[in-house]
Amino acid sequence: MTFDTISRRRLLQGTAALGLGAALPIGGARAAATTIGFIYVGSRDDYGYNQAHAAGAAALKKMAGIKVVEEEKVPETDAVEKTMESMINLDGATLLFPTSFGYYNPHVLKMAAKYPKLRFEHCGGLWTDKDPKNAGSYFGYIDEAQHVAGVIAGHMTKSGKLGFVAAKPIPQVLRNINAWTLGAKLANPKVTTQVIFTGDWSMPVKEAEATNSLIDQGVDVITCHVDGPKTVVENAARRGAMVTGYHVNQAVLAPKAYLTGAEWNWEVLYPRFVKMFTAGETIPNFYRGGLKEEIVKVSPYGAAVPEAARKQADGVKAKLTAGSYVIFKGPVTDNKGGIAIASGVSRGQTDPELEKMNYLVEGVVGATS
Amino acid sequence: MAGAGDIGLWTIPVAVLGGAVRVSTPFLFVSLGECITERSGRINLGLEGTLVMGAMAGYGISYLTGSPWLGVLAAGITGMGMGALHAGICGLPRVNDIAVGIGLMLFGVGLAFYLGKPLIEPTAPRLPSIDLGWWTDIPQLRAALRINALFLIGVALAPILLWALRTTRWGLIVRTAGESADAALAMGYSVNLIRLRATMFGGFLAGIGGSFLSLYYPGSWNEGLSSGQGITAVALVIFARWNPMLCLGASILFGGAAALGPALQSVGFSHGYHLFNAAPYILTLLIMIATCSPKRTLIGAPAELSITR
Repeated sequence: MTFDTISRRRLLQGTAALGLGAALPIGGARAAATTIGFIYVGSRDDYGYNQAHAAGAAALKKMAGIKVVEEEKVPETDAVEKTMESMINLDGATLLFPTSFGYYNPHVLKMAAKYPKLRFEHCGGLWTDKDPKNAGSYFGYIDEAQHVAGVIAGHMTKSGKLGFVAAKPIPQVLRNINAWTLGAKLANPKVTTQVIFTGDWSMPVKEAEATNSLIDQGVDVITCHVDGPKTVVENAARRGAMVTGYHVNQAVLAPKAYLTGAEWNWEVLYPRFVKMFTAGETIPNFYRGGLKEEIVKVSPYGAAVPEAARKQADGVKAKLTAGSYVIFKGPVTDNKGGIAIASGVSRGQTDPELEKMNYLVEGVVGATS
Repeated sequence: MAGAGDIGLWTIPVAVLGGAVRVSTPFLFVSLGECITERSGRINLGLEGTLVMGAMAGYGISYLTGSPWLGVLAAGITGMGMGALHAGICGLPRVNDIAVGIGLMLFGVGLAFYLGKPLIEPTAPRLPSIDLGWWTDIPQLRAALRINALFLIGVALAPILLWALRTTRWGLIVRTAGESADAALAMGYSVNLIRLRATMFGGFLAGIGGSFLSLYYPGSWNEGLSSGQGITAVALVIFARWNPMLCLGASILFGGAAALGPALQSVGFSHGYHLFNAAPYILTLLIMIATCSPKRTLIGAPAELSITR
């Protein structure tokens, strides 16, 4: 059929039929599926923070009636508001996961106030009573997993010097450094942890330099708290040092050097949240948990880890999972000789004092400012 | 690491030396290339994009073929293509090279992120290093002296380029185009063609600089890999007064300064690390202030450059 033989009437009929046909399935899909938006600050496959969240999103994709839309590399600026707006208005998202710490204030708060019927779940644990009720902020006590990894690190070090490549001296990072060091001291009370702050979450050249400097100082087990641990893990392994990982399992990057690691377990938490959401229940605004709640996990031990180390680490892990163990239990001295936690004081995971952590424990070499 | 002796404060000079060698190579390649481009009378600000494209292409080809050196070549060719694009657009009438450069910087970075998406996870074969520290049994020094061949090539290239610019016919033509396009035209040369070649050469080197980032140090492809090193290297050319040997010195200085912050923290000197991390930039400012003068234009600046005209 050539083009000029189509009559105007036929064309109109055809267009109408097309329009109807197109409208129906879309309308149908809207009713059946829940659309969930995921926003990442970096790349989804960074072997780090964002990959951990993307693994959680991938777990949701397997659930029936769930549609996931994702956007990567959204900066912690007005850009995230635009992304949320577009996910809400164009994709019809009713539940959003803005996963980066800096998205919360003011961007998530603003959007939650503007769309009171939608749900916003932010990762960072920042929700307070004054914030909108349709916003929530969850976080995991990953320092529990770091503590277990620290036990392994303390067992494995020959020089007694451990290294920590950290981004910024904020409470969450300091808590990891301290928990890791306290874990290592359980295995070997004499260990020290040398910490280097790179100044930002993703600085590959600086992270590589920090790793090399630490190894030059005789450090032989390294871990990190940066967005993408790939650089640290690979460079440490190249110099013959051992590593414990962070965010996700990096064993494939350095099979021999990778001892264990502290991982997020969002693929368990997110389906739990979405089930509550689709069932019409309210997701708690403030949601926290550690090993016990399966929000964090410990990577399988590497082949190099001996039986004694595994046994002690498993013991600590079992107690943490049972909830009968406190990492930050007084007396704890800081590395300036002051008392961080007084004798007899036990700061359990939910203690708000831990969220204000501004010290490094005794045995850590470094300063918070 | 077994047997690592405690060398205490010696870590700092050793780390600065090691850092100077490790961190300087991309600066060196980009600045040498840009030096030639600018001497022909054009600024290519797009080298940040070229560097990132080179890093991505090098990593990709190394991963696909298993040969890191093929990756380096591919990075160079990619860079050359980016250079040709810049020169081609700038060859059109009334086009500003700085604006095109900024456009190509964004284009290169964006394209590299787009094409490089599937390359973030896989691990590609890396470039080998040459052990120049065999004479010492201090492990730290040995590690610092484990040097990549690209660095040595860059170091050798600097005097060759200086010599070529000063004494060869080819160098004279490039300089003529940079000092006076009219003179070059009068001599019967196509200024656009000279600048096309000079920009392609600059892009080639910048691409190789990028492959060093992804294939040697830090040694994997990710999106934060360059974080402005290409732009810094373009600024280094001005800092080095368009002299390839000074480019070499400036690159090494920058590499060493970048290693200072982590090195000081590793020996426990951890106060004010933000300040030490800013050391390279403070250094640039100081030298710029010390060497600038209101009475004359920058010494050594090619007269045809759009910043001096």
